[in-house]
Amino acid sequence: MKRLGEMLMRPEAFSEIVMGNTALARAMIEAGARVIASYPGSPTPEIAEAIGSIPLEKRPFYFEFSTNEKVAAEVAYGAAVNGRLATVFFKSVGLNVALDTVVQLPLMNIIGGLVLILGDDPGANSSQNEQDNRRLIQMAYAPVLEPASPAEPYVFYKEAARLAREKRTVVILRLTTHVCHQKERVAFDALPIHEVDDRPRFDPANGPYIPITARVFPLKRQALARLADFREYAETSPLNRLLPGTDSSRGIIAWGLPYLSLLDVLEDAPQKPDILKLGMVVPFPRRLVADFLTHHAQVKILEELDDVLETEIKALAFDLSLHTRIIGKTGLEDWMGEYTPDKVREVLARSWPDLVPARPPAGTPEPEELRPIPARPAQMCPGCGHRSAFYAIKKALAGSDITVADIGCHSLGFLPPYEMGQLLMCMGASTGMAAGLSLFNQTRRVVAFLGDSTFFHAGLPGVINAVFNRHPITLIVMENGTTAMTGHQDHAGSGRNFNQETEKIPIRRVLEALGVQSIFETDTYDQAKLIDLVRQATALDHFSVVIARHPCMLKFTREQRRKAGHQPRQVAIDPEKCQRIHECVQVFGCPSFQIQEDGRVVVNTDLCIGDGSCRPTCPAGAIDPPKVVAEAKGEGGR
Amino acid sequence: MKAFNIHLTGVGGQGIGLLSEALLRASDHAGHRVKGVDTHGLAQRGGVVTSRIRLGEGVHSPLIGRRRADLVVSLERHEAGRSAREALKDGGTLAYYDTSWQPMEVRIGGAEPFSSQDLQAEADLRGIQVVRVFKPGLVDARQQNMVLLAHIVKRELVPGVGREHVRQALDDLMAGRMLQENLALVEAEWA
Repeated sequence: MKRLGEMLMRPEAFSEIVMGNTALARAMIEAGARVIASYPGSPTPEIAEAIGSIPLEKRPFYFEFSTNEKVAAEVAYGAAVNGRLATVFFKSVGLNVALDTVVQLPLMNIIGGLVLILGDDPGANSSQNEQDNRRLIQMAYAPVLEPASPAEPYVFYKEAARLAREKRTVVILRLTTHVCHQKERVAFDALPIHEVDDRPRFDPANGPYIPITARVFPLKRQALARLADFREYAETSPLNRLLPGTDSSRGIIAWGLPYLSLLDVLEDAPQKPDILKLGMVVPFPRRLVADFLTHHAQVKILEELDDVLETEIKALAFDLSLHTRIIGKTGLEDWMGEYTPDKVREVLARSWPDLVPARPPAGTPEPEELRPIPARPAQMCPGCGHRSAFYAIKKALAGSDITVADIGCHSLGFLPPYEMGQLLMCMGASTGMAAGLSLFNQTRRVVAFLGDSTFFHAGLPGVINAVFNRHPITLIVMENGTTAMTGHQDHAGSGRNFNQETEKIPIRRVLEALGVQSIFETDTYDQAKLIDLVRQATALDHFSVVIARHPCMLKFTREQRRKAGHQPRQVAIDPEKCQRIHECVQVFGCPSFQIQEDGRVVVNTDLCIGDGSCRPTCPAGAIDPPKVVAEAKGEGGR
Repeated sequence: MKAFNIHLTGVGGQGIGLLSEALLRASDHAGHRVKGVDTHGLAQRGGVVTSRIRLGEGVHSPLIGRRRADLVVSLERHEAGRSAREALKDGGTLAYYDTSWQPMEVRIGGAEPFSSQDLQAEADLRGIQVVRVFKPGLVDARQQNMVLLAHIVKRELVPGVGREHVRQALDDLMAGRMLQENLALVEAEWA
């Protein structure tokens, strides 16, 4: 077996099939990174998985999951001004949380160097939007590198680290979902021997580090001067490449994943335009681009999401009085979604139809002509404590009451059959939104949901506000003991951090200390109690909290399966008792129950984990207690 | 070899990631240039998950155009049907494990489930070769991915990828009892 942790620490050069995120971990080791921090969020958590595969005592740097992205950025910054090469990584919308700190970073003299890795998510694969973070970074005057293939994050990180150290600043590596997750064979260099010098090197004389009023201006001037330096660097950077084609009248400027899509599309093109493939996009190489424009009658800018470079390149052409026809976005759709090969084909065909020959029909009949296959949105797992919570909470509330969701697995409660959580915004927003909904509202009770990792991440200010400003809402903390949605990372309430056991920070005690007067708690599998507590809490005229607790059953089941002698259990339906009420399948909605053509309900033995959370929900008492599955079953889903 | 595109799909939790990684590595052991990408994140919670593997020359992006897959591999019947419609070219091959995890709409909304007969009828219309796999008596549903992998290789559905390449791939990915059990499962299907 090839063990990831051993591979990442291999001293000699080697090649291996890895995803972009894994290649980044090796780059961090080779570059001599010393402090790395993050908050989990797709598409970046696999970087931490790779780091975690190296045993703590062999790991050449410190890593932590901080309580949120802003704290992670601050930890990395603190380490870097103390002389360490530091890195922080998080998902696209994590930048919104971290921005207050990140906008300041380019102003500072970061002596150890800092690399900020952003996992943007064109296509909103697992995010609440597809924001283009280059816009936010432009505001901060930081340079941005954008890799395309899995090998490029590795190469680009090392270059980013070199630049960050040399120029004593922050360099941004902007990845997108399928750059993070795509896999191919990557050739790695031998591990350099790093002389580790851990003497604290923080010195105010390296600053100033105090951006207050007039002192801001020298810092801003320095940031702008550095950006100008980076523009010079971009002109000759090996990260930008010119690829000659067969049609010298037309050129395409591309980078990131859209560049790979472009190459795919051009495979069967009759003529291939010249391509300027950028690696450094902010600031972009003006002379290189101007030269490319000058040598082509038409240039297409193939830009995913926003028109950041298009606007700048057009401004450059205007300044230089160039007459090249510059083709940017041609309509609303060009701003939307990931630039997959199909998308790039459409985008190119709108401007240069001759370049993209019509393909033979992709087959008939089209899906629209066929009976639809029922959709499969993500859903809560078998045994999920949130399912039991929503099932009970729905019984305790009136249909006109307002429920407010937050980010996490429990966001999925908005789907049928629960339809709990009618608004969703971003991390920690539920309590504040609920407070607003309760104003001038005497008739509809307002209930907010919040997961435990989110409670610590960004939930606390909203909770404190509800106490401070006396908002008469009920907050239900959906506590499952982990950061479940992003892959079960520990949080401040878990009793473990990334590196060691640690004291749990109990949510109840935090709430008590904040002065929350009415706190209720129960395991969500205790349906009768949860219904009663929610009724009590929502009848109060002041802020109340119900802690609805059950461990994440996906995590729990995985842990159980790894134990020697583990015996899986499953429930079964007693056909004698079943009255075909369908409460289990249609209202409780556990995916383990399937409905047959004749109306019978059966247990899908592929799925049932024998948690028994369904049993109290059957009015006929027809769900037998979980039994050990000793015999091979093999019936699966029917 | 010119590009060969494989679209793999299933429901989050079925183990499409391991199947995909094993096939990707087996293809690499067979000497192909390979690229791949998996679904991570939200959809892994009981939603549709997909992986893509692309082999051969002239392959740049790991993503596959609509109905440009030569082979669709699915661990679930509804997803087999969905991916055949969306990803598979006419005349391509569909290899699927015939279990049904009913989507929510079927369970609560009364939508009609998708049957193996529905699937075969559509395949016939489009000249798609269907390889249906089902193994009664599996103790652990997560082993279905290895059974399907065994049949993909047994029927030589991926050019140049043979049994030894699969053995090497599994050896890359697992050790100890897990390796023995999965190898035994695969070898049993080859016997």
